[in-house]
Amino acid sequence: MTRSFRIAFKVAVMLIAAVSAVLIASIILWMIGADVGATFYTICVVPLTNSLHLTEVLIRAIPLCVIALGITVAYRSGIINIGAEGQMSIGILAFTGVALAFPDVPRPLLLPTAFIAAVIGGGLWGFIPGILKARLNVSELLSTVMLNYIAAQFYSLCLRTIYLDPAEQGLGAAGTPQSMRLSENVWLDRISGRLHYGIVIALVLAVLIYFLVWKTTIGFRMRASGSEARAARYGGINVAFYVTLAMVISGAFSGLAGGIEIAGVHRRAIEGVTNNYGFSGVVVALFGGLHPFGILPASFFFGLLIYGATLAPSRVGVPANIVQVMQGVIIIVIVTAQMVLSNAYLQDRLWRKLQGMRKKEA
Amino acid sequence: MEGRITELRMEHITKRFPGVLASDDISIEVGEGEVLALVGENGAGKTTLMNILMGLYQPDEGRILINGEEVRFRGPEDAFRMGLGMVHQQYMLVQNMTVTENVALGYKEAWSPFRLSLPEVRRRVIEISERYSLAVNPDAYIWQLSVGEQQRVELVKTLCLGARFLILDEPTSALTPQETDELIALLRNMTSELSIIFISHKLQEVKALSNKVSILRHGRVVFSGNTDDHSSQDIAAMMTGHSIDLPKNEEERKAGETVLSIRDLVVLSDRRTTALDHLSLDIKAGEIVGLAGVSGNGQRELSEAINGLRKVESGTITFFGKEIQNLSPRQVIDAGMGYIPEERNVEGIVPAFSIRENFILKDASKAPFASHAILSRKDIDSYSEKLVKDFDVRCPGITTAAGSLSGGNIQKVILAREIERKPRFLIAVYPTRGLDLGAVEFIHQQLLAIRRDGIGVLLISEELDEIMDLSDRIAVIYKGSIQKVLMHDEATRARLGVLMAGVKEV
Repeated sequence: MTRSFRIAFKVAVMLIAAVSAVLIASIILWMIGADVGATFYTICVVPLTNSLHLTEVLIRAIPLCVIALGITVAYRSGIINIGAEGQMSIGILAFTGVALAFPDVPRPLLLPTAFIAAVIGGGLWGFIPGILKARLNVSELLSTVMLNYIAAQFYSLCLRTIYLDPAEQGLGAAGTPQSMRLSENVWLDRISGRLHYGIVIALVLAVLIYFLVWKTTIGFRMRASGSEARAARYGGINVAFYVTLAMVISGAFSGLAGGIEIAGVHRRAIEGVTNNYGFSGVVVALFGGLHPFGILPASFFFGLLIYGATLAPSRVGVPANIVQVMQGVIIIVIVTAQMVLSNAYLQDRLWRKLQGMRKKEA
Repeated sequence: MEGRITELRMEHITKRFPGVLASDDISIEVGEGEVLALVGENGAGKTTLMNILMGLYQPDEGRILINGEEVRFRGPEDAFRMGLGMVHQQYMLVQNMTVTENVALGYKEAWSPFRLSLPEVRRRVIEISERYSLAVNPDAYIWQLSVGEQQRVELVKTLCLGARFLILDEPTSALTPQETDELIALLRNMTSELSIIFISHKLQEVKALSNKVSILRHGRVVFSGNTDDHSSQDIAAMMTGHSIDLPKNEEERKAGETVLSIRDLVVLSDRRTTALDHLSLDIKAGEIVGLAGVSGNGQRELSEAINGLRKVESGTITFFGKEIQNLSPRQVIDAGMGYIPEERNVEGIVPAFSIRENFILKDASKAPFASHAILSRKDIDSYSEKLVKDFDVRCPGITTAAGSLSGGNIQKVILAREIERKPRFLIAVYPTRGLDLGAVEFIHQQLLAIRRDGIGVLLISEELDEIMDLSDRIAVIYKGSIQKVLMHDEATRARLGVLMAGVKEV
């Protein structure tokens, strides 16, 4: 197989993937009678055209990135953490709790304390499935999903009772449950528009995770445990410990993502604020190749799609739900293309077929 | 199509892979009722050649003739149709299906659009197993069967699908000596109706079974001839390109103090039955103790218990004066234990990890590989380069995934890691299983070398030759306890065989 054939194969697969994604999405749009070209323009290009849009894309990329980094740690250690949504909720509760309890403590003390609370909250929610998996071999798919339900209900309960904004108490069940506006002492400053300094935290964390997973002995042992637990055990590595640790780190990152989201964007806990980031984070992590430097662009791309979905209804009259359907299509097609690219056998078969054809011609 | 295959010829087969000439103008020929042994070291091109014969690869040049007529196989289906059947080294059986169901998967005659006639398949399985005296229970689940039984299922499956010409890729590599003898007897029986090509690098089997032998080296046939005309030594020399005399433990025994002392050890198996039953054994510094036995008599459990990987119910393991039973694997490693585990691919190495990462698997946090929990790339790299050179690991580079190496090279990686850690004791479990002679020679030399350095070795093996060549003393294990310990010069194959079968000596 020649080098040029391999490159041509890659380009062809990606081209086919892109074309078929656009084609399927176009058919869906055409069926609901939308303006196909304008819709694509609105979703993919408009958000990049001015800085206000761009900042909105970035504030969505920040939680995605932080969560995906945590999921990478778990995944590399052999655990599929789909409990980020719940871990994020608990992180938000912990962050808000600290902020509500000590509103007058000065910012240099209060903000870090609140972040640490978020980390501990999320970490605890990651510890439970981690220890269950390590000690009793309970499937993490089961435990993380169930803990998501528990976290969601607990979050809801807190917002409707102890955290409820006193100003809303009179409204009963009418409004969206939310806490009161948090003390300015837990705010993250904004750079431009709503874009806040959480972006710096996300970038620093990306480098940190790269370093932790690939450059330290802790990361080495976590990867060994994830890659072949038996060999790791035979090599004297305490697999149960590192599996649990990886889940704690993963949960802590989700919790921190929740804290950052509140401190930078909403500045109060609101119902529904997790916005499915916990699930999208899994896709971002896989899409970014479970590597921090792939996750950075991947989270930007998904931030773009999520924000584009909010623009479509007002600008071209396409419901946001349809945009989500299109996103689903695009993601499946791209992931499929990645799988095809990694299938060496298929590549080999195509090569042989081409060789056969060439021989016949000759 | 139902006719017999009276003659099969592959002529001038050439196959190139990127950077490798896998088959270089190879010609072989098999007549009716003949057994051709295809021998050669790992990587010599035996499996590639057979994959070409089965239509899995297309040759770049050359042709295949059956009964004098040229045939072209575009895929394995075409080869099946002509009556060729191959049993691969790794069995292609679905573990949680029965024997009948496994055969039914490929048995097209029993399929109609919405129905699968399992009774018909079952009859066929029974018919074939009786005809070739291959005893299999058609209703047994694959996971219930031993490796030897699974091998028979593979044979029955291939024959049920109408094979009249068998290709066997290292059929005995996972079998115990007893199972191997049985298989060879069975195959010899079958030659009245079939022709066979079998790939092997165990010369005893080649001598026992084949009429003709073709030796491959670096993708070329270096020799073809009648098996009976040549001795095992001759064939071995042509296989490796130089004459091989496996090293023997002939130096004087200068054993020191007892360093590993096992007393009344009781350990359970995975199924909670007694695996080790009050086993006692002493090993001194500077001696190799061979543990002979049919696999499944507690060897795995013993090595795991010593290394802290399996719970000890009662009894003691004393290592350099310190009791180590039920310590963690880490603590046992730190006490100076070296360990070459049974399953090199999943216990010895992390397959997705690079060679250099596998080298430091046990020492990742120790100087010079790391300081303050941060890995030191430069030191790891220079250490790895040295090990790859010293232990002759054939690989593209130290960043190659260890799992992509051949069995012999994987074993060298493990051996390099364990020996270079300067252990105070070494446990080697089936260290040469499935390896070619060149690799076996290297590993035996290394084991003898560390013995010379005054280190005690527990060698667990089912190859009697290996045990007799290397051991100072030989312990025979049977049903979880030591039958008897013999000095090297007291041991004969016959005597060991009797002890391994559980017969007590008076």
